[in-house]
Amino acid sequence: MIGYVIRRLLLAIPTLIAMLTMVFVLVRLVPGDPAVAMLGDRASAETLQTLRAELGLDQPIAVQYVQFVTKMLSGDFGRSMTSGRTVLEEVALVLPYTLELAVAAMLIGTCLGIPLGVLAAVRRNQWPDYLSRVLSLVGLSFPGFVSGILMLLAFAVWLQWLPVMSRASSDPISHLRNLALPALNLGLIMTAYIARVTRSSMLEVMGEDYIRTARAKGVQPMKLVVRHALGNALIPIVTVVGLYFGTLIGNSVLTEIVFTRPGLGKLILGALQSRDYTLLQGLMVVFATFVILVNTATDLIYALVDPRVSYAR
Amino acid sequence: MTDFAVSQSFPERQSNPVLLALRRNKFSWIGIGLLSVIVLTAIFAPVLAPYDPIKQNILHRLAPPSAEFWLGTDSYGRDVLSRLLYGARISLSIGFLAVLIAMVVGSALGILAGYIGGIFDQVVMGIVDVMLSFPTLLLGLMVAAMLGASFENLIIAIAITETAPFARVARAPTIAMKRRDFVEAGRSLGFTPLRIMRVHILPNITSDIVVVASLWMASAIRTEASLAFIGLGVLPPTATWGGMIREGFDNILSAWWLVVFPSLAILLTVLALNILGDALRDAIDPKTRSQG
Amino acid sequence: MILTSEKPMHPSGIESVPDALISAPVLSVCDLTTSFRTNDGWKSVIRGISFDVAPRETVAIVGESGSGKSVTSLSIMRLLQPHSSRIEGSVCLNGRELLSLEEEQMRRVRGNGISMIFQEPMTSLNPIFPIGKQIAEALTVHTDISEADAKAEVIRLLDKVRIPNALSRFDEYPHQFSGGMRQRVMIAMALASRPKLLIADEPTTALDVTIQGQILDLIKTLQDEDGMSVLFITHDMGVVAEVADRTIVMYRGDAVETGETSDIFHRGRHPYTRALLSAVPRLGSMGGRQLPMRFPSIDMKTGEQMPLADVCDTVARDKRPVLEVKGLTTRFEIRSGFLSRRSGAVHAVENVSFDLYEGETLSIVGESGCGKSTTGRSVTRLITPTSGSVTVDGHDMMKLSQASLRTMRRSIQMIFQDPYASLNPRMDIGNAVMEPFIQHSLGSKAQARDKTAALLNKVGLSADMMKRFPHEFSGGQRQRIAIARALMLDPKVIVADEAVSALDVSIKAQVCNLLLDLQQSLNLAFLFISHDMAVVERVSHRVAVMYLGEIVEIGPRAAVFDNPQHAYTRKLMAAVPVPDPARRGVKRNMAVDEIKSPIRPIGFLPPERIYREASPGHLFQVE
Repeated sequence: MIGYVIRRLLLAIPTLIAMLTMVFVLVRLVPGDPAVAMLGDRASAETLQTLRAELGLDQPIAVQYVQFVTKMLSGDFGRSMTSGRTVLEEVALVLPYTLELAVAAMLIGTCLGIPLGVLAAVRRNQWPDYLSRVLSLVGLSFPGFVSGILMLLAFAVWLQWLPVMSRASSDPISHLRNLALPALNLGLIMTAYIARVTRSSMLEVMGEDYIRTARAKGVQPMKLVVRHALGNALIPIVTVVGLYFGTLIGNSVLTEIVFTRPGLGKLILGALQSRDYTLLQGLMVVFATFVILVNTATDLIYALVDPRVSYAR
Repeated sequence: MTDFAVSQSFPERQSNPVLLALRRNKFSWIGIGLLSVIVLTAIFAPVLAPYDPIKQNILHRLAPPSAEFWLGTDSYGRDVLSRLLYGARISLSIGFLAVLIAMVVGSALGILAGYIGGIFDQVVMGIVDVMLSFPTLLLGLMVAAMLGASFENLIIAIAITETAPFARVARAPTIAMKRRDFVEAGRSLGFTPLRIMRVHILPNITSDIVVVASLWMASAIRTEASLAFIGLGVLPPTATWGGMIREGFDNILSAWWLVVFPSLAILLTVLALNILGDALRDAIDPKTRSQG
Repeated sequence: MILTSEKPMHPSGIESVPDALISAPVLSVCDLTTSFRTNDGWKSVIRGISFDVAPRETVAIVGESGSGKSVTSLSIMRLLQPHSSRIEGSVCLNGRELLSLEEEQMRRVRGNGISMIFQEPMTSLNPIFPIGKQIAEALTVHTDISEADAKAEVIRLLDKVRIPNALSRFDEYPHQFSGGMRQRVMIAMALASRPKLLIADEPTTALDVTIQGQILDLIKTLQDEDGMSVLFITHDMGVVAEVADRTIVMYRGDAVETGETSDIFHRGRHPYTRALLSAVPRLGSMGGRQLPMRFPSIDMKTGEQMPLADVCDTVARDKRPVLEVKGLTTRFEIRSGFLSRRSGAVHAVENVSFDLYEGETLSIVGESGCGKSTTGRSVTRLITPTSGSVTVDGHDMMKLSQASLRTMRRSIQMIFQDPYASLNPRMDIGNAVMEPFIQHSLGSKAQARDKTAALLNKVGLSADMMKRFPHEFSGGQRQRIAIARALMLDPKVIVADEAVSALDVSIKAQVCNLLLDLQQSLNLAFLFISHDMAVVERVSHRVAVMYLGEIVEIGPRAAVFDNPQHAYTRKLMAAVPVPDPARRGVKRNMAVDEIKSPIRPIGFLPPERIYREASPGHLFQVE
């Protein structure tokens, strides 16, 4: 078991390095000279050259790569060219907003989605199943911003229950009101995904031989579904939900724009638009590292939960 | 030959079980129907659109839906309905072409990785896993920003984001097929690996891939709309659904029609594709099949 | 689910009477008919099934695939899907009608009055719960029993089913148990509430022969100890003869014959019964013959056995053997630990040597893990052996380049176990059979087609089937097509890897006869890999017995079967169920053990083996 954990953690390292390489390549392909972007077209060639040297852009590409990798691995993610703050500082400013949105959305998604999926599977081909499937299908057909905008229109503009634009607030009630729509937006999308996965996983499990054995033993129907079936079905559901975390963060960009919330996504977008090269690079690394960590954690949870894996030789 | 051998009897001749199941699934009819309507309107947009989509008409700007302008006009006085119809062409063609490229390239990689195995498989799948760890939208964002927004570049950007999932989807059944006796028989009969992959493996995993293609085309259209909303779509004044929403967002408080109708268009298109993809998947996988 | 609650009178006119007075049947099935909902309406799968099971009696339901035997047992337990199945008739357990019960009442009967064990022990236990808990659940679901008491009872049950170290194994998970052990756990679970009736649905079909023997003995013992009745579902006539007092023969949903087991075996009346029995190979029925023998076929109209054609001696011992295997060793590395270091190896095939002559059939027998399949695959180079030499028709397969290997493949071909997986579902069979000819550039497409037509005729099909697809054929027919495809390249050797194991009994006999016919006309050499001793006895010239990757005994069939020398060979022979009702109740008294695994640590040096010759050509390993 410990061996599996260590092996899985070690596997994350080459993935990290591959990811760093990809980011390095991608970012350098963004058109535009960063020095020009920062100082403007009118700056003299000399000043541009000095800036380039400062940023290390005049070194051969191989040297840049090595510097990049070593710096990233040691935790120095760089500094924003526009604001001057380190990448980590920039991230720290927006992280709470992104995290609370992600966690809220995940909570909504699992608390609504799993029961919905189980119901659909158990009442297969009856009305709860059809309803759940239709709702899920509609739910995941919305691009994140479309559902956000429609919600904004409905709840903020027409019904005026919730604020149109969120403002930073120390008052918890107000804070929650600001969080509500965006969280609901992402949360309902998550519900759709999770309900579908839960349904198909449950259907798969309920067709297995050991469920037939339990029925032949005379196990009560409720216990059969919740303990015997869901217990097994949750394992693949957990893995998939972990993967969806990445989609969630990706979709948060759109939500942040629609609901004018600060967040990681907006930061990335801003960096792209202002050609803030170092910030962009640092953000992508931070972000992808986070996703890799989530994937690794998911794998480890899987190993803990499934007895077959823990006891693997 | 003994009459009583049970297994001597011929099982009934089955036509393609996928088409059969599709025909029976009423849900899929809605999807197919909806999709056909959308595709037809896109094709016949020049005939159907009452106005020129990029012609400005300042006198009638921000007009609500009326008999003259069925779906209203935007801040430049352009007819929303006409822009919607032309926008369909953009979204559908980008979505279709992007998925086509991703499917061909991704599946080829997946089949090769699955069949050849070994180091090649590990390297390819390693790259695929890294690509998959970037959310689709962010990856598309990066590639679109780096290439510059244009029709062709958007197709490439979205195709890149969807190649990795196709590779994954093609690899698993390839590995399963590899172990099947008829593939082993092919090896023992001395067929070349290329022949085995082309004639024996590919036709048997096509259904797995096609199912996913429909769902990923839905995703492609979602991504394209999202990118347009962010500002990385096909440049104005060309009408795209996402772009229309972007422009309409500024006037959301006063002109709801600018945002609602393009949203519905996106929703219906993506929904139709998802319904179709689901129906296809149900038709192929007996466990999640809706009938019995 | 639509149930009829009318209760037809029991044939003997007696309704429920207390046990003490008259020996009333434990289970009474009357006119049971089950239908499934299909796209074309309700289709009956079993019709009018009626039988009784008396206390302490074992009744067997025997039939081939599609006979409806499993559906019968699932109908009795009402385990079918309620929305798509309909059960009519009457099922009485100790006088109580089961079909009219509410679902909740029926639930209390399941695992309590009637218990069931199933065919696949590997998938029938929930992987996320320890087995102790799963067995205890059988108790806690039906009675108010404390956890401690339940645990004690479970340990007692585990002992009863002869699982060693019951106390320490209580908390272990199913994947830590082998197939045979899991089946014992299933039996413990089924017996927990002391049911009156145990339904056993093919409980030993998925197990190895020696393990099967142990489980059959166990069921017999438990039946004696607890006095319960058993309804035993199987397709194996040998098992039927051993366990059943009375037998019901089913065919395509109907019960065609019912009666005392010895009557069925010796005086079967229905033509299907006789056809089924004639197709069953009996160990020891070769009567001193040296050559293989065909399976008998029954004339359907008269029910009489048709004369058996004689088998000529096709073995060419004066020529060089077509297949020479020397010192063949195939090992698979195991990697574990967090650095994936090589921690051991599976010694699948260890230093195997044998010769195969033209026109001869050499069978390799053994149980799972013995290496027989790997040997077949190594010889055809589907797997690359670790060392040794394989010489086909004078050419060493190991030393060939890729191109020459391709050409060499024409001489040695393989047919596989699963007829449903050996043909590409997307290719019509004409193209499938022609493909090797065309890929090896042996001639024009027209020539390929002609040869295909000829071969299809030769294997008992017809040329006009060439445009059909595999799903339009039955299992036996697909196997014939696979044989035709293998013959396309005019091979000298055919490796049959469990080629008949997945077929029904009667089809098995026909395909074996086909193989014999082909050997007679084409002088083919067969390497026949199988676990079925009785089939092997009929079709082989020589036999090799494998255990843990090594050949432990090899020799002419008559010598090995009539005079087995090695302990493992003897154990294997003793475990085979003999279709002779006179042997009913005879226990084998086998030790409870597992089949050992061929996994060895790195650097393990296999010991030198010495072989002794018992009679000319009959060698066995000395311990």
